[in-house]
Amino acid sequence: MATIAFENVSKRYGEVTVLDGLDLEIAEGEFFTFVGPSGCGKSTVLALIAGLERPSGGTIRFDGQRVNELAPRERDVAMVFQSYALYPHMSVAENIGFPLKLRGMSARDTARAVAEVAARLGIDALLERRPRELSGGQRQRVALGRALVRRPRVFLLDEPLSNLDARLRLEMRAELRRLHAEYRITTVYVTHDQEEAMALSDRVAVLQAGRIEQCGEPLELYREPANLFVAGFVGSPPINVLEATLFPDLELPCGARAADVLVGLRPADVVVSRDPAPRALAGEVLLCEPTGEHLWVVGLARGQRVTGRAAFTEPLPPGTPVHFEYAPARLHFFERATGRRLR
Amino acid sequence: MRQLSRYVGVLLVALYCLAPLAWQLLTSLRPAGELTTLPPLLPTRFTLEHYASALTGHPFARMLLNSFIAAGAATAIALAFGSAAAFALTKMRARGVGLLLGIVLATSMFPPIATVSPLYLVINALGLRDSLAALILTYASFALPLAIWVLANFLRQLPDELYAAARVDGCTPLQAFWRVILPLALPGLTATGLLVFIVAWNEFLYALTFTATERARTVPVAIALFPGLHEIPWGEIAAASLVVTLPVLVLVLQFQRRIVAGLTAGAVKG
Repeated sequence: MATIAFENVSKRYGEVTVLDGLDLEIAEGEFFTFVGPSGCGKSTVLALIAGLERPSGGTIRFDGQRVNELAPRERDVAMVFQSYALYPHMSVAENIGFPLKLRGMSARDTARAVAEVAARLGIDALLERRPRELSGGQRQRVALGRALVRRPRVFLLDEPLSNLDARLRLEMRAELRRLHAEYRITTVYVTHDQEEAMALSDRVAVLQAGRIEQCGEPLELYREPANLFVAGFVGSPPINVLEATLFPDLELPCGARAADVLVGLRPADVVVSRDPAPRALAGEVLLCEPTGEHLWVVGLARGQRVTGRAAFTEPLPPGTPVHFEYAPARLHFFERATGRRLR
Repeated sequence: MRQLSRYVGVLLVALYCLAPLAWQLLTSLRPAGELTTLPPLLPTRFTLEHYASALTGHPFARMLLNSFIAAGAATAIALAFGSAAAFALTKMRARGVGLLLGIVLATSMFPPIATVSPLYLVINALGLRDSLAALILTYASFALPLAIWVLANFLRQLPDELYAAARVDGCTPLQAFWRVILPLALPGLTATGLLVFIVAWNEFLYALTFTATERARTVPVAIALFPGLHEIPWGEIAAASLVVTLPVLVLVLQFQRRIVAGLTAGAVKG
């Protein structure tokens, strides 16, 4: 277990800057997630922590100690890869025991450690199999076992769930939480799936083009996005971004002019109904997406697309005149020019 | 109809490939008197006398052993250095990989005849004339570019994440090569080894130039030296040629199955 600190860390490949002045501290035992669109540099962060890449500038510290120059094997870091990267020529037991064998552990102790971690992951019946004889979920567990068996200081996960089907993904998500609670190893997780990031993490950093857009607890990102990018990236369905002029008598912060401001409004904070309400935008229905729980309604209000939710009781065919009701306290204001949040 | 034309096609190709071999076989079994007469197409009787004289009249076992040592050692050296080079070029982040591979390929484009005399001088200067070491060194150096190319292409297909996983799990680069990459490259190594072995086994020009006595003479040279002052012993040549084809045939058949099996079993993701 360790704290991980980035001090002005950057990474360039030739002319291309992948990471730009990363400053961050990850606490001991924390479940920390980097989330962002593909190509944002999140996998590079993992490679830097693991020692597979050297930073082009800045310092990375484990527990205050500089690790820039340490080879992967000297860092005591374990990693689960997107493709699982199991060794095809080894059995499950050999795969899990491999890191221990490399550290010179005796065959007996290795076997005991492998059996223990396999039992915890529910794969003790598969130990003699080869990776190619396993299902996706089973391979995932073997990869987790290989990483956990030596109780590393830092545990890295690179999009580990992206190759699983939807149901299994939810199952493994819960499993990851359970394992983290059990082992309390500092965990750094990388995903492009904001929902996964929100569900799993103690803290999340949203990365874009090699820079951290915002870093905080999941709910903080959702409730107080620092800018339009974060607002748009976090939350599903994505936040409504509307012209401030659409809203009657708005009180804008810092005396900003309505023309310079964009308003963010989460679909979950918009109630759609046929009846007029005091704080509502009038419009009409474009299409409906039932989720079972309720109905997402996409509509038009004075030429702008608005998504809101309706109770799942009455059908709302396209063209139905409706009212999009909102609470003024739930409006987010962003400067149009910079995308920054106005407070 | 389509089925029929396909069989006819296969038959024609087989005939084209196998006819010389069949002719060789017939010649080797033909009595000496019928060797240069045609008809009969098929020998009137079969005889093993050519085999007997080819195998006893010359130090044939010695030549076979020489060929085996030269080809085998050259193959081992080419695989050892070739796989290490291919690993470094494809998995460790080396610079200018394309350029290096290009140069490697360029070196193998010299026609052998152009290099014979300079190489002869080098071999002579090293005091290696008429030794197997001369052949092993030459064969290995000429096989190396081929080995590097084939193996580099093979290793490129192995996912980089496997190497990364091995490094994170605690391997030094050399351990990752030895314990993870090399076992997975076995089908590639087998195929490359086979190619290199066959080329070295059949090599004639250098073997003829660098060897003088049966101490280092290999089979192709030995067979070429069969002709006596007054006659060319076609029967013996045919018999000896067939005998030296056999080991290669056995090797290919043996490993072919393993190459195919290995290629299909290497899958990582599913």
